[in-house]
Amino acid sequence: MMPELRLEELLAVAPEIIVAAGACLILLADLATPARQRPLLAYAGLAVLGIAGAATLLLLSSRLEAFSGQFILDPFASYFKLLLYGATGLTILLSIRYVQIERIHYGEYYAFLLLATCGLMVMVSSGDLLMIFLGLELAAVSLYILVGLNRHELRPIEASAKYFVLGSLSSAIFLYGMSLLFGATGSTQLRAAAVALAAGPIAANPTLLMAMIFLLAGFGFKVAIAPFHMWTPDVYEGAPTTVTAYMSVTTKAATFAVFLRVFIEVFGAARADWTPWLIALCVATMVIGNLAAIVQQNIKRMLAYSSIAHAGYALIGLIVGNELGVMSLMLYMAVYAIMNLGAFGVVILMRRAGVQGEQIQEWAGLAKSHPAAAFAMLIFMVSLTGLPPTAGFVAKFYLFMAAVDAGLAWLAVVGVLLSAVSAYYYLRVVMVIYMKEPDRPIELAWTPAAAAALLLVAVATLLVGVYPAPLVNYASAAVLQLIP
Amino acid sequence: MDVLLSIVIFLPAAAAALLPLLRGDEAVKRFALAATLVNFALSLPLWAAFDPATPAMQYVAEASWIPRFDIYYRVGLDGISLPLVLLTTGLMPICVLCSWRAIDRKVTEFMISLLLMETAMIGVFAALDFVLFYIFWEAMLIPMYLIIGVWGGPNRLYAAIKFFLYTLAGSLLLLVALLALYFEGGRTFDLTKLMGQPYSPLFQQLIFLAFFLAFAIKVPMFPFHTWLPDAHVEAPTAGSVILASVLLKMGAYGFLRFCLPMTPYASQAWMPWIAALSVIAIVYGAYMALAQDDLKKLIAYSSVSHMGFVTLGIFVFNAQGIEGALLQMINHGIATGALFLCVGVLYDRTHSRLIADYGGLARTMPLFAVCLMIFVLSSLGLPGTNSFVGEFLVLVGAFRVSPFVATLAALGIILAAVYLLWMVQRVMFGVSPPSWRWPDLSWREAVTLVPLVGLVFWIGFYPDPFLSRMHSSVAALVQQVNPAAEPESNLLVRLLEPFR
Repeated sequence: MMPELRLEELLAVAPEIIVAAGACLILLADLATPARQRPLLAYAGLAVLGIAGAATLLLLSSRLEAFSGQFILDPFASYFKLLLYGATGLTILLSIRYVQIERIHYGEYYAFLLLATCGLMVMVSSGDLLMIFLGLELAAVSLYILVGLNRHELRPIEASAKYFVLGSLSSAIFLYGMSLLFGATGSTQLRAAAVALAAGPIAANPTLLMAMIFLLAGFGFKVAIAPFHMWTPDVYEGAPTTVTAYMSVTTKAATFAVFLRVFIEVFGAARADWTPWLIALCVATMVIGNLAAIVQQNIKRMLAYSSIAHAGYALIGLIVGNELGVMSLMLYMAVYAIMNLGAFGVVILMRRAGVQGEQIQEWAGLAKSHPAAAFAMLIFMVSLTGLPPTAGFVAKFYLFMAAVDAGLAWLAVVGVLLSAVSAYYYLRVVMVIYMKEPDRPIELAWTPAAAAALLLVAVATLLVGVYPAPLVNYASAAVLQLIP
Repeated sequence: MDVLLSIVIFLPAAAAALLPLLRGDEAVKRFALAATLVNFALSLPLWAAFDPATPAMQYVAEASWIPRFDIYYRVGLDGISLPLVLLTTGLMPICVLCSWRAIDRKVTEFMISLLLMETAMIGVFAALDFVLFYIFWEAMLIPMYLIIGVWGGPNRLYAAIKFFLYTLAGSLLLLVALLALYFEGGRTFDLTKLMGQPYSPLFQQLIFLAFFLAFAIKVPMFPFHTWLPDAHVEAPTAGSVILASVLLKMGAYGFLRFCLPMTPYASQAWMPWIAALSVIAIVYGAYMALAQDDLKKLIAYSSVSHMGFVTLGIFVFNAQGIEGALLQMINHGIATGALFLCVGVLYDRTHSRLIADYGGLARTMPLFAVCLMIFVLSSLGLPGTNSFVGEFLVLVGAFRVSPFVATLAALGIILAAVYLLWMVQRVMFGVSPPSWRWPDLSWREAVTLVPLVGLVFWIGFYPDPFLSRMHSSVAALVQQVNPAAEPESNLLVRLLEPFR
């Protein structure tokens, strides 16, 4: 018997419906729009995000459930949804010129961006394993296409193929973990699974242990923690830069949200079983990401390894797993989105017809010809290093605070020492920009939209660095519902 | 609520924000000079109105910042930080002036970096909240990195990144230490509340080691000093002056503000080791200075030697030693800063820092020769100059703890006379290269040097205005770290103490 659909349930999924419908409308509008007007589709995408954002803001403090607990709308999910809208909107602003230069098809590009966002939104709101998988796959399939959307060149297609093969494998592993969990607990619902596992450690039960490890591998692939990170540098380098920027921050944020829900809600009682695993992965991820980034000459590859390193830092929040830990992870995701989009934004500006602008050497003397862009890049690099007075410092501060609070001071020491290592490769970019003379004049692909986006993230990076109280308060308020 | 101190902290940053609006390098320089002069003038009332009778913090201003974690914007001064704030505000106009001609490209960016440095440096000395302190402490790195790396000498890229990574590695451990103190000290970042708490000995040892690494690199103590000669040699004159006069003092200030009051047990336990490292720095720095053929390198190694006196004075835990160290911090800031200015004067004319390239300058540049001689004499601690008072007090303090250590340290003064006077002899006297006839000090250069000459003699003959402001704060500090009578005085026996 079909249960009746209540209005409340429709309300809970309203943001997802808006974004999905908007994506379809853009696809249709693409057909009806003359070729010259098609860049305007970007603004249609922004409008869709604006409407969805308004819906989420209206539902900001509500806790709704839909489809018998499969879908949860709580402040925690809303926090991540707002983050996703912001990141997607900034990506669209940065894309307008870039898709022209790369000769990417407008309508599909924006539609798939929105569909991927919709998938990630479903992920952060899911209360059921199947719902997680649904969102995961919607986002993943959209991203496979987005990565390879530029079919005029070899590199994106290669990246897309790699991403597809490895991504499908990770999805399969994840699905297998889900089926094991279902077999052991008798339910696909997170809450029911949590009740079944409330007894405590699971080390004695091989089925559950395998389920946990498989789920961990699936999540690990998506957020790029070692040893599941191998795809990251190749895909990040090959994908169109706007897509790299988008997936580096949104996939990470949404997956960490689900990661938190599954590991803290479902496997919360078995914490002692997974903490040592995660600590080992965390250290390995920080070490591999930071050390490998040092030798990169391509800035997209460097930022790929840096994103691996940042996934390692963020993992500290999950390992700690208490209110402070979760809050710090949420804060970290927001801050990482801001500063990483900023850094990629400047990389996007460097792409002009006939010039890739991805080798770090090509950036020599940027400060001379484009002081504003150079200063913005300085801010983002300093923030990624985690130095005050930028947002990156605030984010790391709370993560390490959570670690010290949980008696993991040694992990914080490892983290800060590797931050010192990271200063080397981030500052190398600053050094090339400010202290080397240009080989030839640099031109940037400025657009008003891109300038506005960069200004926004640069100001946000500094503002959160100087006055983080509002963001900290909001993240603290949103976290409480997750942990009883 | 006292806003004057906050104005002094943030006025330079506000001025830096206005600089990009100005047109023309000349206007930028004038505006930066005006800003630093106004800031110096504003800091004078802090000095004049300071109440020397109380060890409590004065001019305290407080505002809630991140309430959820009890993080405050909280600033204030006591007798330890006040002289350092004045030193900073006083030196900044000089730094702007000495860059007037030397910096000829990207002037706006340079002045912005200088002014941001000033805000961060004053902030470090004035902060009374650990998070605020840390933010100012780290915020200095980027402007200084740019000053060395953009406007420095030929090998500037290497020197800049070395400076940056060394200091960053040290100070990041400070971050972990401050977080640990937050939880151990009752969930507060208030420095005054974190002091004098009964932390367990093991906890103190761990915190002390983190503190020590951060501050010893900054001072820099032997064997963490290797970044200093590189940074000094490559930095432009203003950068060298800021490095030598203010940045090095932050390490010593950190020892005074954090190690002694927060980890007194560990400080006592590690004292023989630090005394040993200090004496090594004094003698080794002096020996290295003897061997240098580059003027800036010579002064850099002399800094290592002189800062050895400062750390030695701090870690003898008595009033003479600490007051001497504090005064020596000011003295070193004046004398060494002035010596770097003198090298800058020469470098602007000849674009050479090699001692061998000079000779007979006393004949062509008499006024310059007089100034250099005064600063050299001050630097080697001649009675009547400022450094004599400071070094004497440090040696008195050290003698009370260990005559052996004091004797070894005194060796450093003799060596200082050797390398400094020998340098003067080679640069000032003898035969000048025939083609060189350089003009004497311009009025602008004279304006940078003459006030420092005045200070050399003022502190040399009448140090009381400086010492009297330190007395009660230092007495309170000594009480905190060393409440009992003098401990076992045989330092060789006490070398094993940290490991018991």
